[in-house]
Amino acid sequence: MSDKSTAEARVETGAARRHRRLPPEANIFFVLIGIALVYELLGWIFVGQSFLFNQQRLTIMILQVSVIGIIAVGVTQVIITGGIDLSSGSVVGMTAMFSASLAQSSTWPRALYPSLTDLPFFIPVLLGIVVGLIAGIINGQLIARTKIPPFIATLGMMVSARGISKWYTKGQPVSGLTDSFTFIGTGVWPVVVFLLVALIFHVALRYTRYGKFTYAIGANVQAARVSGINVEAHLIKVYAIAGMLAGLAGVVTAARAQTAQAGMGVMYELDAIAAAVIGGTSLAGGAGRITGTVIGTIILGVMTSGFTFLRVDAYYQEIVKGMIIVAAVITDVYRQKKRTKV
Amino acid sequence: MVSPSTMAAVRKSGAIPNSEFLMTAEGIRKEFPGVVALDDVSFRLKRGSVHALMGENGAGKSTLMKILAGIYQPDRGQIQLKGVDIRLDSPLDALENGIAMIHQELNLMAQMTVAENIWIRREPLNRFGFVDHAEMNRKTAALFDRLNIVLHPQTDVGELSVANRQMVEIAKAVSYESDVLIMDEPTSALTEREVEHLFRIIRDLRDQGIGIVYITHKMNELFEIADECSVFRDGRYIATHASSQVTRDDIIRMMVGREITQMFPKAEVPLGAVVLSVKNLTLNGVFKDVSFDVRAGEILGVAGLVGSGRSNVAETLFGVTPASSGTIAIDGKQLAIDSPTEAIRNRMAFLTEDRKETGCLLILDVLENMQIAVLQDKFVSRGFVEESKVSAACEEMCRKLRVKTPSLGERIENLSGGNQQKVLIGRWMLTDPRILILDEPTRGIDVGAKAEIHRLVSEMTKNGVAVIMISSEMPEVLGMSDRIMVMHEGRVTGFLDRTDATQIKVMDLASR
Repeated sequence: MSDKSTAEARVETGAARRHRRLPPEANIFFVLIGIALVYELLGWIFVGQSFLFNQQRLTIMILQVSVIGIIAVGVTQVIITGGIDLSSGSVVGMTAMFSASLAQSSTWPRALYPSLTDLPFFIPVLLGIVVGLIAGIINGQLIARTKIPPFIATLGMMVSARGISKWYTKGQPVSGLTDSFTFIGTGVWPVVVFLLVALIFHVALRYTRYGKFTYAIGANVQAARVSGINVEAHLIKVYAIAGMLAGLAGVVTAARAQTAQAGMGVMYELDAIAAAVIGGTSLAGGAGRITGTVIGTIILGVMTSGFTFLRVDAYYQEIVKGMIIVAAVITDVYRQKKRTKV
Repeated sequence: MVSPSTMAAVRKSGAIPNSEFLMTAEGIRKEFPGVVALDDVSFRLKRGSVHALMGENGAGKSTLMKILAGIYQPDRGQIQLKGVDIRLDSPLDALENGIAMIHQELNLMAQMTVAENIWIRREPLNRFGFVDHAEMNRKTAALFDRLNIVLHPQTDVGELSVANRQMVEIAKAVSYESDVLIMDEPTSALTEREVEHLFRIIRDLRDQGIGIVYITHKMNELFEIADECSVFRDGRYIATHASSQVTRDDIIRMMVGREITQMFPKAEVPLGAVVLSVKNLTLNGVFKDVSFDVRAGEILGVAGLVGSGRSNVAETLFGVTPASSGTIAIDGKQLAIDSPTEAIRNRMAFLTEDRKETGCLLILDVLENMQIAVLQDKFVSRGFVEESKVSAACEEMCRKLRVKTPSLGERIENLSGGNQQKVLIGRWMLTDPRILILDEPTRGIDVGAKAEIHRLVSEMTKNGVAVIMISSEMPEVLGMSDRIMVMHEGRVTGFLDRTDATQIKVMDLASR
């Protein structure tokens, strides 16, 4: 150290300024390719057809996971701050009910609000998003103000939101939705919404102050606070966004099903968390990317689709899905351990 | 060498060799990564005596004590218990051999009762194998009787005052029928009356033949309770004296008696106007009536022992723990600083004491660590971070601070302590502060990096930055400060000017 020349800074300049290795998503992407190839192989052996070269199957697969994907984009941000959101599945159910109730057509004889039928599609859509946003803000306020663990706050919201969606129509489904509303759920629109949301928040996390602060809070909340970040206000924002995206997912779900039921979205929160974790988001906070989450979501979709394709029982599907989630977290823990040893 | 379990078995049989010393340690050496905490240290504890360990922060007292209590294992050296060599592999080993330690931060379970806490792991069982609560409470009451402690065995520990928890800890240690009791600053949270009670208990135990190792920063306690006193300095053993044969000045001289050989790159800067003025700043129960001024270009050193409230004052100034009362004025304008955000807005910066806990974003890279504070109000347009500008600024800062890193994209946890510290200093320099608070700026980093950090701080004063520097390292405080504020137990005990500050004067104020 006393040698002055060694004390000189060695900061590279120009393009190589930020040391670039393979992005962390590369690993997960290879896993996705690997899984797909295994199905391809098994497909030729057992079913006698290609798994991958079937556009219809791939479309259905990605359609099935888009809703999970929209939720996962929000949940990823929550997990990056070191928190968790268990309420998103219930919020999907609740917002599906609320938005569908304003999307009923006048030709439907049993409309919930007969005077409010045939509204333009954006009103129920906005309502769904706002209801989700409110649920998220409540989560955030609870966590930031009362300092209760995110697990508990969102667990409470999970139970209550499910209760509200049942109470809203006393358990009755809401059907007879206008064509302009259900349009959002047709064709590739859910996928478009998912990818658009993913793009927006990918940019937000990577290139905005919002993103930098989100990572900083997850990496070290004390240091973030001393660095002048208003941690409480920021957490409220993050949970609000997660709630809002769950609300959007609820709208898409109702539009796609052309009906809304109180039981919609059960367990979606766990699929979304799984997608984030498989995609490399660390439950310890501070690390994770939307690109990883998108790949994680597609992995979940490919798995389900592949099992169906191979005509494997749904029971086995769940068993294997569980194992994959655990394996992903074990990998995360292992990566962390390796890091602290260095 | 006898294994701890054999020794414990021998002890149970009652066949204990009678030697003059209860416990001795010879030639103990203990290294931690990058620092030698103890070097060839020896220590002897007589039967039925109170032996005080004295020394500055980092002198090695705590490390020695933890070795005696089996928490650390020495790299070299021997420990003898009653004349028999012994190896202590864990605190449990030590306990079973009659060595009990009362930690400064008390280790009690708040949700359990006093009796449950004392007999944990040794609960009396009835014949069905269930815990016999009646017997446990009876034993506790008997123990308390013996120690003159007035507490109900079935109270939850969480409801007790700190002093009473201390009593429970002592009772617990005594309940192991220990021969050696190690106390780490037991009086730091006690009132005068409680201290008297504690001393009565200590004297009783001593008269029963128990040896007590007593760590303290308070000089007057030494003369009141200790029979002997050993002084440590910079990880070395200095001397042992009977406390009746030394004076306060002798001990201070032994504690600080080092030559200051290090050179400090302190720049002579003409002092400007008062920038920060603090009056009667108080945080209830932590520090009281702290008042001082800092001028532009001045370095105000803050000295004091651990627990003197130095860091708490810094945290309050920066809005981490807002003050209970008192005023903070910048440029004569009184401000309510109730959050770090507000402090930064007033161009303050705060390098915290614990780099890992409150400084680094360990899993993020150098750039992200460095830019996080400045992003509050610069390098952001419409929410978007101006990546190229901010990384150019960080790169420039890295060059200026001579941070050794492969690139800005390197994770900060892969850097050495000194380079991590430079990145954190860079974080604050980017915000262009007028008031810089440094809490232990060079703790745990190597000599070269230390000198560079001193140079940086000195350069900042040339630009009129007012610096408050808290440090446990006496040479650093004396070498860098224009003035030194000394604290003891949450109060300012005095100010010393650069010209007449000496180690002895600082220590004298710090242990008053």
